[in-house]
Amino acid sequence: MSYILNTQQADKVLGTLAEKYAVYAPKRFVNQGRYSATDSIRYDKVSSASEIVWQVKSDYPAKEVINPIQQAIFYFTEDEYRASKVKEQPVLIFARPCDINAQKIQARIFAGNGGFTDLYYARMRERVKFILMDCNGGDDTCFCVSMGSNAVDEGDYSAAVKFSDGGMEVKVTDPELEPFFAGCDSCDFAPEFVTENELKVEVPDLSDKEVRLALKKHPMWKEYDARCVSCGACTVACSTCTCFTTRDVIYGDNPEVGERRRVTASCQIAGFDQMAGQREFRSTAGDRMRYKVLHKFHDYKARFGERHMCVGCGRCTHRCPELISISATVNKVSAAVAEIKADLGKA
Amino acid sequence: MINPVQPYPCKILDVHKESVHEWTFRVATDAKVAHGQFMQLSIPMIGEAPISVSAQGDGWLEFTIRNVGKVTNVIFEKTAGDTLFLRGPYGKGWPVDQFRGKHMVVITGGTGLAPVRSMLNAFAAGPGLVKDVTLICGFKNEEGIVFHKELEEWKNKFTTIYALDNDVKENWRTGMVTAFVKEIPFDQWGDDYAVVVVGPPPMMKFTGLELLKCGAKVENIWMSFERKMSCAVGKCGHCRIDEVYVCLDGPVFPYSVARDLVD
Repeated sequence: MSYILNTQQADKVLGTLAEKYAVYAPKRFVNQGRYSATDSIRYDKVSSASEIVWQVKSDYPAKEVINPIQQAIFYFTEDEYRASKVKEQPVLIFARPCDINAQKIQARIFAGNGGFTDLYYARMRERVKFILMDCNGGDDTCFCVSMGSNAVDEGDYSAAVKFSDGGMEVKVTDPELEPFFAGCDSCDFAPEFVTENELKVEVPDLSDKEVRLALKKHPMWKEYDARCVSCGACTVACSTCTCFTTRDVIYGDNPEVGERRRVTASCQIAGFDQMAGQREFRSTAGDRMRYKVLHKFHDYKARFGERHMCVGCGRCTHRCPELISISATVNKVSAAVAEIKADLGKA
Repeated sequence: MINPVQPYPCKILDVHKESVHEWTFRVATDAKVAHGQFMQLSIPMIGEAPISVSAQGDGWLEFTIRNVGKVTNVIFEKTAGDTLFLRGPYGKGWPVDQFRGKHMVVITGGTGLAPVRSMLNAFAAGPGLVKDVTLICGFKNEEGIVFHKELEEWKNKFTTIYALDNDVKENWRTGMVTAFVKEIPFDQWGDDYAVVVVGPPPMMKFTGLELLKCGAKVENIWMSFERKMSCAVGKCGHCRIDEVYVCLDGPVFPYSVARDLVD
């Protein structure tokens, strides 16, 4: 069923939902942006519709709710390991199609790769229901249509919402959520998806091994030695990046008590591939950029099939302090591949 | 739900000093490990490190460890009777079934001998397993030599070339392992041989190229990789190279795969 709610009704419904569910949505953090007097928009718990930022894309992805930037995975008491517990409360996440599609990508790695299912991801993911947020077209960094992640299937969400200044329209697909909208006026709202972005990306065909090996040695990567500062902001803002590292922490002055923490890691930061007592394999920013870009636009798909590891959300471009654009980078890769294919007589 | 990263406590049975920096820890565990697989060694408050199993027996495993990092430095403070936490085994080991009945060549650099030690011991204990074994072991210098006792025993069972990179030692050769590859009689073996190579990345790269130069076929060569890991179960991403995860698809790779991997 579909319903139309004014702002007061929307706030009330959200308040009731928040009594049963932990409701997460993009929220504005005033003056917490990167520059003076700018805001940061990121996921946090909400209990009213008016807290939800729907007008613009969030700076950080919805993945943070399921796969937080850091979490305790074990608690230590002397030499006992106890796995951390998870809160039983079910979770609702308001997310655009790109963020929902990103979870399909993360799931292939966390819940299945190599036959192992990650306890910490799976136990959180199984409690999550998505509420699809209507996307008004994103911004000039978005290219979801090029990546085929502009739309989701009805089975991917429990309800679809289109916010406006006057309130919201909702289509509820999950019977569990129906009672929360009892008494609201019905309407014929159905979600629509973006069908064209201003930005278009041409993902190159890298299926030829010889072409791929030549691409890895192509001088285009050297440009990033000068431009990229290896800060890792792109991977933190990425909707799909899953990499993490573990770090043991001792509590205060008692060396017998502590925790093992899972912390987001970035392949863009020096040391990501460095083993104890050995040199890095990827010692330049260009090497690390090549590693990331080929994972997103070849390696992931080569392993898991279906789709690339980029949903075209553009957050990495948005966050890069050096103004490196992922879409421009991919188009550069395409140009380099065309050049390589011509050289190899494979055009 | 099973937690694939949950370690379990094991008692250290013995600590044997192979060299100044490389010690072998024998740990009580019933884990069944294939030759060439690795385990995660875990110490609460410190961290974890992936270490290959260097020998195994009834109710125990051995790990030969170099004290170069945060975790291994703490392991070196432990003695018999202390507890070490383990999880695993992980990864794909040596395809021993494919080696059965063949001429076997094992080429190692330094502690690269550890991931093939348990397989070499199996070859030595069961002479029918492979036709014969040619073992080329290189070490940087005399202080770097590990598994002294076994190196002596293997001399009687295998064709051996032991070498130090630059130093001179009685009955040992001097030079990089690549210098001795041409002495392997590939031309007499037809297709009936298998080669395994383990060592530091440059050693494996140049040994692979030298093997091809000396007539070895790509499909008869295997290599074992070592990479940084956090989880060892294909989640953390540290060990990924191209579309493979060293923890899941390796550490042992056919050379046909290994030679094209670009970190």
